[in-house]
This record gives sequence, structure tokens and C-alpha cells, in this order.
Amino acid sequence: MNLNTFNNRGNRPTKSGFGEGLLEAGKRNPLVMAIGADITSSVGANLFAEAFPDRFISIGIAEQNGMGIATGLALEGKIPVFSTYGVFAAHRAADQIRVSVCYNNVHVIIGGAHAGVSVGPDGATHQALEDLAVMRVLPNMTVLSPCDATQTKLATIAAIEQCHGPVYIRFGREPMPDFTDDSKPYAIGKADTLRQGSDLTIAATGHLVWEALMASETLQSLGISAQVLNIHTIKPLDKETILRAARETGAIITAEEHQIAGGLGGAIAELVAGNLPVPMEFIGMNNRFGESGKAENLMEIFGMKSSMIVKKSLLLVERKINNK
Amino acid sequence: MAQMKAGSREALPRIAAEIRQSVIESLAEAGSGHLGGSLGLADVFTALYFSMLKHDPAFPQWPERDRLVLSIGHVAPVLYATLAHAGYFPVEELLTLRKFGSRLQGHPGRNHGLPGLELSAGSLGQGLPVAVGMAIAGKSDQKSHTVYAILGDGELQEGSVWEAAMAAAHHHLDNLVAIVDRNGVQIDGKTEEVMQLEPLTDKWQSFGWQVFSCNGHDFDSILNALHSAVTAPGRPSVIIAHTVMGKGVKSIEGNYQWHGKVPTKEQAVDFIRELYPQKPGLQ
Repeated sequence: MNLNTFNNRGNRPTKSGFGEGLLEAGKRNPLVMAIGADITSSVGANLFAEAFPDRFISIGIAEQNGMGIATGLALEGKIPVFSTYGVFAAHRAADQIRVSVCYNNVHVIIGGAHAGVSVGPDGATHQALEDLAVMRVLPNMTVLSPCDATQTKLATIAAIEQCHGPVYIRFGREPMPDFTDDSKPYAIGKADTLRQGSDLTIAATGHLVWEALMASETLQSLGISAQVLNIHTIKPLDKETILRAARETGAIITAEEHQIAGGLGGAIAELVAGNLPVPMEFIGMNNRFGESGKAENLMEIFGMKSSMIVKKSLLLVERKINNK
Repeated sequence: MAQMKAGSREALPRIAAEIRQSVIESLAEAGSGHLGGSLGLADVFTALYFSMLKHDPAFPQWPERDRLVLSIGHVAPVLYATLAHAGYFPVEELLTLRKFGSRLQGHPGRNHGLPGLELSAGSLGQGLPVAVGMAIAGKSDQKSHTVYAILGDGELQEGSVWEAAMAAAHHHLDNLVAIVDRNGVQIDGKTEEVMQLEPLTDKWQSFGWQVFSCNGHDFDSILNALHSAVTAPGRPSVIIAHTVMGKGVKSIEGNYQWHGKVPTKEQAVDFIRELYPQKPGLQ
């Protein structure tokens, strides 16, 4: 594989993909409505709000109320999309998502914006690093974490048009490489095998999928064959693909812009430990909050760039060999 | 679809007594639950389901029906008893309350299939936001039904209630009627000692709501307030229904300790006798 097979068409924030997907789904289905909690543009819902003002409901800074309103709309047959920052969805409105949305099992799409440390200068309060852990543990919830703007658009449309219950879709603020092939249909629950490999598997999500691809290039030059998986659906996890990769490579390193505990790493560790235990390494935030800085620097400092994936992959391969 | 015919005004007290009896029996059989609030709301529920609400027990999903969201999920026993007596499901099923496999969950759970439930609820503060969402959908579709939300007075201590109240006024939801069960008590004691709610009418008014008040145990008072609330244009309405916890069973009326308590089967027999003070046959 050559990274040139993955062509960066130019950096774009994944939130733009969400906004475009919401608009397109809204054009196709008059039942789609959007709820705005004062940060409409920041979370990518402005295109929809401008196109369909009658279907956009302004609720102000009131996320708990927003989830309840979304539930009421869904019970009446509408398809509400409520986007706010991931930190507020996952934590402030957690009870409402648990009881009103998930226990009632209503078709509500929750956009979790400002994922990860790449949020940048706003700092810890606004950097969502625990949202995957909170959302994936809720019954009836589908959790999507697309890797670039193109995939985010497809994932948003799929969430609106194909799902029947609650969906949480996570996306970011910073312009990031846009490289996936939009001619391929987006399949919820079906991980993308971006690169075949035999020495280890890098299972990445969100912004770290591009980092994983770059890491696999570097590893290739070091004589190590890394399989790369884009886990764009955290729940339901693609057990078949992940266990196949575990079997084929015997080692898995996960990579996410999220706490190491409870997110993608945790989900894969649970699956693998229970079915096909292999040595694992985890790329992510190590049990601390983020802080202010430039997106690129923060990802570097908190060990979320390809260099750290390479470093830990080498450790992982060594552990794998020593275990034999 | 034939809408359920409004009962005669004279029949309402008898129906309310039957609902109270069912509440007492179902809770005694269940062995746990919330007696006080359930009894306290029996008259309001009777007035709603047997006189005021546009609904059809044979067609629970009737699109033109009025919606009733029970935000205080713990008084499910009075909702269940009312639905049963209205014909949504057999009265005998009330004795399955809180048992494993029952459609009558401790707090309403739609996923168990009981007809007539608009919302699975039980965590306080969530019902009014949902009712607001329903009302917004109703306005958007230019429907003529009303959305009712039943709230507790202690529940008004939850901030999310006021987020919803603000939104309802902002969006001019005059198809929304909230009913507050103002019994003045909660688990830790009197509401005004636990966390002061007064001046309550002022609070709702300042949030842009039309406020009505009624004696929650006087059918004329309840129905007058309901009719006024439903016709008030341009703003959402709230009815502060003054009730007594445990109403109907004199020996426990007003006693907040019966919020989360149920009678033993022996006590249930006595309580039911108290419901019918003029009925010598039950001695």
C-alpha cells in the first residue's frame, strides 16, 4: 500500500460533513427537524437552519430540555437531530439521554461536536474525551465516530435515514485530512479495512485513522506489516472484522482521541479478551483532562500522532514476540 | 374512531372511588410503591380521563387524541388504575403491578407494551421537556389536540422543568397544559421546609405562563380550571391543583410518610372501607 492510495483532498473539519449530511437528509425528508442550543453554527447545523427555518427549533443554552424536546418530537413521528458539544450531550444531559431518549428507544440523532483535544484553545471543559465511554454503555444507543468530513456526511445521513433508535455521532472542530472514498456506501457497524497486514492491527477511530495510516507507512519502512482498521462504529462493534484481525495479526493497538479507559480501546479489549485474547496497546488520553493549545500540538503532546502509534506498535510487536 | 364519551358529572365521584380502591389493592398486592401521591391525584385523573380528554381506549394511538405525559412516574398506580377503568386493559391486570414480566412497571415503561402510556418516565424533571416537544410537533402540524403534563410540586425543584417552562412560553405553546400536584409535601417533609417553592404562581407567571388554580378534590373546580386552561390563547397554561396526599383515606391524609409506602393487605381492607363511609355492606 502506498499512502497515495489515500489522497488527502484538503483538510476539512468533520463538523462540515455533519452539516452537509443534515442538510441533505433534511432535503429528502420533511420529517427531519433540528434543535439548536445557541451554538448552531459551531456544531454545523446552520446550513439546515438557514434552509429550513420552520424545522429548526431554537432552545437556547438548555441541553437537558433539548433532549426532552427531541424525545417529544420523535414520539410524534419527527426525526429530530440535536447537535451540541459532546461534553454537554454526554454529561450535562446524560440522564435525559438515558431515560427520555434511550429507555424510550426513540429515533433521536445526537451530534457530539468538539470531539477530542483537537478542539484546541478552548481547553479542558470543551474537549470531549469521555463521551464514547458514556454513550456506548447505554442500551439502545448506536455510536458513530467517522474519520473525516466525507465519511461524517455519509454517517449523518445513515444515522437519520437507516437507524430506528437513538444515535450518537461524534465529530470534530479542526480541519483534518479528508480522504475516504465517498463512492463506497457507508455501512453502520461494518469496520473499514483500509490496509491489509500481518504483524499487528491498528484499530483507529475518528481523527486518528489518518494518523494510523501514516504510522502504517512508517512501520512498513521498518519492515513491519500493519493492518489498519477504521472503526467508525463504536457500537455496535464489528466483532467479525476485529476478531479476524486479531486472529490474522495476533496483536492490536487501538487509537482514539478519547480517554484510554472506556472508549474504543475498552470496547475492543472487552471483545478480544472474551474471545481471542491477544496483547494490546492503547493510544489515547491517559486519565487526565486536556488543556489549551493548538490542535496539532495538543495531539502531539498527548500522544495521539502517528509517531506515538509507531512507537507503541514497536513495543507491541516486541511483546507479541516475547509472549511466544 | 369513536372518542370515549365524557361521563356524566354525577358519575365522577363514584369512578374516582373505584380508582382509589384499585390503587390501594394494586399497591397492597405489589408490596411496594407510592400510595400517597397516587390517591391524591385520583380526582384529577378521573376528571381528565372521564370528562376532559379527547381519547379512545380502543385506539390508544389515535392521532387526534389529547396526549397526557406523566412526569411524576412514581404515581403510575393512579395512571394505571384510571386507564384500566377507562377500558384500555382489564382491571384484573392491575394486580400484576411491579411484578416481573408485568406490563405495569414500577415507573411507566412503554417497552413492556401497556396501551395508553405516552412516555417511559420516572426521573423527575423530564416530562415537561418531552411535552414541550410534543406540543411543538402539534403546532408544526397544525393539529388541534392538547398536550397535558402532570408534574409534582417537589419536582419543580429540578431545573430542567424551568428550562422547559421558558421554552414553552418562547414558542407560544398554547396547546400545552401543565398540571402541578400541589400537595405541599415530598420525601423529606414539607416542600416549603425542604426547598421553598413559593411564590409559585408568580414564578410560572414570570416565565410567561397563564396560571390557574383549583381544588384538586372538587370536580367542578378541576373542570373549570381545565376548560379555562385549554382555551387560554397564545401562552402555555399551568393548573396548580391543590391536593392532599393520601386523599380518600382519612387516616393517612396529609401524611408525607405515605409518599413511598404501601398498605399491608390488612391495612388495605381498612383503607378501602374508609373510601366508602356510607357503605354499611363493607363493615
